[in-house]
Amino acid sequence: MGSRKLRSKILSHVLLVPFLLFAVFPFYHMTLTSLKQDRELYDRNAIPLLITQGPTLEHYQKLLWDTPFLTWTKNSLLVTFLATGLSLVIGTIAAYALARLKFFAVASFGTGIFVTYLVPTSLLFLPLAQVVNWLGLGDSKWSLVVTYPTFLVPFCTWLLMGYFRTVPKEVEECAMVDGASRIQALWRIVLPIAVPGLVCAALFAFTISWNEFIYALTFTSTSDQITASVGVTSELIRGDIYFWGSLMAGAVLGSVPIVILYVFFLDYYVSGLTAGAIK
Amino acid sequence: MAIGDVGIVSAPRPVTLRNRIRVLLDREQFLGPMFVTPALILIVLLVAYPFCMALYFALSNAFIGRPSHLVGLRNFINLWDSDAFRQTFQNAFVFTGTAVACKLVLGISLALLLNQQLWFKRLIRGAVLLPWVIPTALSTLGWSWMFNSLYSVVNWTGIALGIMHPPGPNWLGQQYYAMTAVVAVNVWRGLPFFAITILAGLVSIPKELYEAAEADGAGSVARFWYVTLPMLRPVLAIVILFSTILTFSDFNIVYVLTHGGPINSTHLFATLSRQIGLESGRIGEGAAISLYLFPVLAFVVYAQLKFVRKEA
Repeated sequence: MGSRKLRSKILSHVLLVPFLLFAVFPFYHMTLTSLKQDRELYDRNAIPLLITQGPTLEHYQKLLWDTPFLTWTKNSLLVTFLATGLSLVIGTIAAYALARLKFFAVASFGTGIFVTYLVPTSLLFLPLAQVVNWLGLGDSKWSLVVTYPTFLVPFCTWLLMGYFRTVPKEVEECAMVDGASRIQALWRIVLPIAVPGLVCAALFAFTISWNEFIYALTFTSTSDQITASVGVTSELIRGDIYFWGSLMAGAVLGSVPIVILYVFFLDYYVSGLTAGAIK
Repeated sequence: MAIGDVGIVSAPRPVTLRNRIRVLLDREQFLGPMFVTPALILIVLLVAYPFCMALYFALSNAFIGRPSHLVGLRNFINLWDSDAFRQTFQNAFVFTGTAVACKLVLGISLALLLNQQLWFKRLIRGAVLLPWVIPTALSTLGWSWMFNSLYSVVNWTGIALGIMHPPGPNWLGQQYYAMTAVVAVNVWRGLPFFAITILAGLVSIPKELYEAAEADGAGSVARFWYVTLPMLRPVLAIVILFSTILTFSDFNIVYVLTHGGPINSTHLFATLSRQIGLESGRIGEGAAISLYLFPVLAFVVYAQLKFVRKEA
């Protein structure tokens, strides 16, 4: 490598440093705060960038044993897994139909899915709260299982349509000539080829529903029904008193499931984000 | 398959129920509608219907737990008498305009850097994408601690570097600083989407174009201006349109960071709509506020359908 090339490579890294600090610092600070003793946390002369008076797990203990945080996390997991699974099934068959089959009004249905995909949740949360009440799901985590698919299904359908189009039509036709029905061909031939797409859709759907906030905040309020995001942001703050240590511990733990997925499937996240514009 | 087998495969099957279902399922005119029905029911019941309800609420004097009457466009018009709404209207444009502009400029810069030869490519991409995957409500909570009036690490750093005079601004308690803080968090959260998507656009630009431009004597600035930017146009259009609707309809960041304050200076349509529609119970007015999101949504949908999908 020429010295000019090396110099420009080093320059790129140096220029990246502010971006990386901007991206990562809030997590560093969050984690650090959650591990500090209150004495140091509320000491205005202490250096906020380091732990100097020894770390503690006190905030985590308080969060796990003195608050319903574990219940909230269980609710989040239940809602996220069910909503993701349901949306993936509905999205997969819809995407297959839209990408492969010719039928009445297929094009306008595709446009409808795309338009729904763009509708922001903050436009519909008020009337949807009424619908949820009518369905008898007011203040229940099941209301989230029912409503999250409204944004997950359009998303999954849109993403999977792209994947299904890349599976050569001939592969499927071959199977059908050999006597397989269309559903068998979908199940045994097309879906296995589209596994990367399915994984990608599942990951993003999981992430989006884990991160959802406004519906969860609006449709549920009782402590044993709310999700982790809502619990940490509303129940841990009593009036104007903020327990910053436990709040940050909650923010860290509430992010753990996503971070685990993220570490294992980073490449899927990158390729999924670039495959199509994603919320 | 041997040619001789064809006759056996296509021999008439016994007409059992099982076979009839099978024949039906193999017909695209039947299977197609059947496969889209669940999605269709979901969209009609939980998207289209609530949308019509939002329209009805907005045209009525609906109040939680009380029968309502249609009042025409009165909600939409009366809102203009409210200082909070006028402030929110202005905030929405200031917030969206500055946030999208910052994300665009920083996103292009970051994508150009990520497109260079790098040593820890995977690690760097992982770090860059991180703000996008963490639940916004929780990471914003982290930011609100960073902007805390007494223990702000932002101010501490600013003072240590000599950029700020102690004690530094009260970020979430003063109008313009609060707006700056809210925009900053939105940029932080939205930047990965811009950077990674634009990076994908950069990677797909053919190398020959740059070689040709270089042969014609174009410097690096000219190459960026005359090759990179025009080639990125479709990607930039998608990213900007998406981000505009998402930023305009943002809820989480403002709700967690400032609750719309101080004195409504950071309220957006979504947060004001929740405050009026749920916390004060005036559903009609709340629905009217959230419907002010609709023109922007309609424009984005129109633009996406017209330009973007045609180019794709």
